[in-house]
Amino acid sequence: MPDTIHLQTPLKDEDLLKLKTGDKIYISGTVYTARDAAHKRLVELLEQGKELPFDVVGSVIYYVGPAPAPPGKPIGSAGPTTSYRMDSYAPALMDAGLKGMIGKGPRDKSVIDSMVKNKAVYFAAIGGAAVVIADSIKEAKVIAYEDLGPEAIREMKVENFPCIVANDTNGNDIYKQGVAKYKQV
Amino acid sequence: MREINIEEIIPVVRQLCMDANCYIGDDVKAKLREFYAKEESPTAKEVLQIIMDNNELAAKVKMPICQDTGVAVVFVEIGQEIHIVGGDFVEAINEGVRRGYKDGYLRKSMVDDPIIDRKNTTDNTPAMIYTNIVPGDKLEITIAPKGGGSENMSEVKMMKAADGIEGVMDFVVDRVSRSGGNPCPPIIVGIGLGGNFEQSALLAKKSLLRQLDDTNPNPKWAKVEEELLERINKLGIGPQGLGGRTTAIGVKILSKPCHIASMPVAVNIQCHVARHKSAII
Repeated sequence: MPDTIHLQTPLKDEDLLKLKTGDKIYISGTVYTARDAAHKRLVELLEQGKELPFDVVGSVIYYVGPAPAPPGKPIGSAGPTTSYRMDSYAPALMDAGLKGMIGKGPRDKSVIDSMVKNKAVYFAAIGGAAVVIADSIKEAKVIAYEDLGPEAIREMKVENFPCIVANDTNGNDIYKQGVAKYKQV
Repeated sequence: MREINIEEIIPVVRQLCMDANCYIGDDVKAKLREFYAKEESPTAKEVLQIIMDNNELAAKVKMPICQDTGVAVVFVEIGQEIHIVGGDFVEAINEGVRRGYKDGYLRKSMVDDPIIDRKNTTDNTPAMIYTNIVPGDKLEITIAPKGGGSENMSEVKMMKAADGIEGVMDFVVDRVSRSGGNPCPPIIVGIGLGGNFEQSALLAKKSLLRQLDDTNPNPKWAKVEEELLERINKLGIGPQGLGGRTTAIGVKILSKPCHIASMPVAVNIQCHVARHKSAII
């Protein structure tokens, strides 16, 4: 495991081009949350040429539906959800300027191709490590689609959010390459 | 006949929902340590370490281990000498779930209509309740919250007798292989053999309640469990699907007699947050 790389949002091309599949990352800054239902609405806005509820250029979206915040905490447990459900929406958001996605599980080829084209990166967070991740989230507020409950869009301030580069800007895929390395059948 | 009032049942269910979601079993912790020691991939080791740290932190701060606090799967063994009084038993279980998920700050993940409306019921009910009548005058309640990611990778297959044990094993390994990183490996693979279509799925689910370090009392199935675990961990999927030796930390089989024409096989995948807690009233 290489040394941990610290990234600050908004993400810039020069930072992202250096990243390689398998790199251990700490992200600090602003991260937006969105799952299936919120993605559907965001892409509808893009199709209609309307403004998104946050500045998407250089932004990071985290695929999460957190547990309710207990008293005194900004957020409840907040591990990643499975990313493939967002695959049909992700390329449109990257075309609009999205630079980072955080989730779990492999992405479709169309998403990986879009990452190469748009110089964007997909980070794997550890599914089930929801309290460790919540610990890195210092502030969270709902900024859109409150009616979606856990699926509403939240703006979060994070410090050293732990994740691993799953797909880099060169089209490498840890879900294929990492598995091939340890496959014995 | 012993009477149990539903007012005694509700708080027990409430507490079990909270405890199951915040405290992982010692058997799971021990297996994670065992596989961490054997793991060769540095990335996989890192992931396993974070998972173990998370289990400790969740218990310390009493927050749910995973934000997906699941469907509340409830198994109840009802002693046949019990008379349940004071109200509706099923509603009592649901009320316990409602209170546990509210008071424990657990996520509400149930939608009312599965296809069209998909509106959140906002209290995580209804629970999936399975009752079994047993001898005695006790009531044993087990809560096993089950997340969506691993449940989505599960499958029932009506196989042919001609497929044999090799066919069954190939199906299980293929199911895990096709799941990749999606069910949050390291996983536990629950297998239900026999019964009929729906019983096989229930057997697979119940197999996940076994202690992770137990040995199948039937030596024939114990051997199959061992072989399957070895084959699955040769797939290279690893923790979170990022590559490694630790894809599964357990394979559990339950079996039942079945029809001469049938060979039902169910695979229920469980993520590493393998939660279940029981109480006896």
